[in-house]
Amino acid sequence: MKVVFLGATQGMGRALARLMAERGDELFLLGRRLDTLEGQAADLRIRGASTEVGVAVCDLEHPDGFGAALDAATATLGRFDAVVVTAGLFGTQEALEQDADLRHRVLTVDFTNTIEFCEHARVRLLAMGGGVLCVFSSVAGDRARKPVILYGAAKAGLSYYLDGLDVTYRSRGLRTVAVKPGFVRTAMTEGLKEPPFAADPPAAAAATLKAIDGGRPVAYVPSIWRVVMLAVKCLPRWVRRRVDF
Amino acid sequence: MSDVTVAEFSGWGRHPVVTGRRRRAENLARITDGAVLTRGLGRSYGDASLPPPGDHVVAVTTLADRVLAFDSDAGVVRAEAGLSLADLNRLFWPRGWRPPSSPGTQSVTLGGMVAADVHGKSHHSEGCFGEHVRSLRIRVADGRILDVSDDVEPELFRATLGGLGLTGHVLEVELRLRPAASPWIQAESERFGDLDSLIDALQGASAQWPYTVAWADLSSRGKSRGRGILERGRAADPSTAPVSPPVPKRTFSVPLVCPVLSGATVRSLNMVRYWGRSKITRGIVHPESFFYPLDVVGRFNRLYGRRGFTQYQAVLPPRSGRAGCVKVFDILERMRATPLLCVLKDFRAEGKGMISFPMKGLSMAIDLPIRDHTQSVVNALNDFVAGEGGRVYLAKDALTRAEHFRAMEPRLDDWLRVRRTWDPDLALKSALSVRLFGDPA
Repeated sequence: MKVVFLGATQGMGRALARLMAERGDELFLLGRRLDTLEGQAADLRIRGASTEVGVAVCDLEHPDGFGAALDAATATLGRFDAVVVTAGLFGTQEALEQDADLRHRVLTVDFTNTIEFCEHARVRLLAMGGGVLCVFSSVAGDRARKPVILYGAAKAGLSYYLDGLDVTYRSRGLRTVAVKPGFVRTAMTEGLKEPPFAADPPAAAAATLKAIDGGRPVAYVPSIWRVVMLAVKCLPRWVRRRVDF
Repeated sequence: MSDVTVAEFSGWGRHPVVTGRRRRAENLARITDGAVLTRGLGRSYGDASLPPPGDHVVAVTTLADRVLAFDSDAGVVRAEAGLSLADLNRLFWPRGWRPPSSPGTQSVTLGGMVAADVHGKSHHSEGCFGEHVRSLRIRVADGRILDVSDDVEPELFRATLGGLGLTGHVLEVELRLRPAASPWIQAESERFGDLDSLIDALQGASAQWPYTVAWADLSSRGKSRGRGILERGRAADPSTAPVSPPVPKRTFSVPLVCPVLSGATVRSLNMVRYWGRSKITRGIVHPESFFYPLDVVGRFNRLYGRRGFTQYQAVLPPRSGRAGCVKVFDILERMRATPLLCVLKDFRAEGKGMISFPMKGLSMAIDLPIRDHTQSVVNALNDFVAGEGGRVYLAKDALTRAEHFRAMEPRLDDWLRVRRTWDPDLALKSALSVRLFGDPA
């Protein structure tokens, strides 16, 4: 499989890219910093990627570069089978309430710009006859909860969009995979209180890869979070007003 | 974005426990900035990977685990400090390479193996891990990032191998692997009815076998105390070994803290271990079963109960010999300490690590659950070991006193001088350095 990957240098993205490399997928990495991308490319190459791992700079805060970055991937890979987006920004509810600049960045990157990037990817994948568009949303987008209102709002919008892509374009060969991680122990969640069912990146990555291969439109990783979120969605409003998770 | 997490730190022995702040991310240069210590998987037993009490930041490397370069002709790999030995083995065993030295668990990081200058079943043939490290990238106390090796800042290099993370934050490690005909191990284990014949066999095996270790049963009494099993191994002959590379073994984890390892259970486990197989067993075994038998039970340290345990590991010089070993067992018996595990290993001469633990002689490692009198047991053992010219392994230690360690370690002042040269204000410190080197907390 030929994969264009935005966000392979950290956390779940790195773990997923490694699984792909180890089974011999061909990868092209997009990310913010060239030196970080090159270090990651070396890691993936040694772990088994079937060819040189190409890289190009692409920053979710700068939508002007999205087209060129995907063109660079096309120039190296030719036709590709999948686009994976794990990149994004995070802030705690407290930080996002206090810091208007951070709030603007998180909302813009996780909603507007991620969708903008997906639109570029969608057009290219459809032109190539289809493929997989795998995008990391979050369980935070399933239901408003006190610690993740703002981050969750952006992810809710993103999930809505991905859901729409699936119903609209699946018949034309575009398989959208919306990944909704629960609590995964990454640098992003460092500093947060760990809830039950927390997982490590390799486990979340393995579940994601299964969803990609199976073309599942929505994947909770680990899968127990499907049940957890179902329960959360059933909670009446008066309970949600009282609890703090 | 909140950068640090308030966390409780403890080692594999779960004693002591210190509260500090943890910083964990992919970018080592960033997370080590301002940290007092860098920690990997936390598999040292005592307080070597713990911050001093207070509000100190510890950088945790486990997300910084990129393999940066591999020279497939020379077998030289360069990786970030957080790469685990399990990952290294999984990646390189199938390609015909193995680490020359590895400890009894693969849940350790490259950085941790450097900091403790670990040894293993291959010590008599390959020496410590540090002998095979070609260079290190470290961040010294003033913030500079340096590449050190035998050629560049050799003194700092030697002080960092086994330097318990106190001379600089280890960021990257360049390691020379050994070619292996097969990752599978041709193993033999043989039972011996008393300590003398066990030690004879251990020392006798070292000429023919690159991997040796002996397990001794200390819960039997009298003449059979110290009876045990010798394990020896070498890379299997590829013509008889499985063609497929070894698949990582499934493990299960002890789900909660429950103190099942004590007196009676220990005696029965030792009985089963000793009698549970024929006099001599031969076969081709999975490298994980041979090198890391206890890894199958994740978090087995919980079986020692709420108070945790310590491992007393000491090496006695050849002149002390097996009489010294017997004396150590006498002290344990007299003080009614109940050891579960006693592992014996013969070491070759000390390597280049400036205060690394191993030296020529016989090493014994003994698990002791923490009880009210464990401190006095360790004191008594240290009195004896220091008098014999032996020393203890700091990566296992939580209870040795400063005066004992000083008496055991004539090389200490030299190492402290190098440490001071690079870190005059003692910006890098640990709970261990406060306990043993008198650093201000």
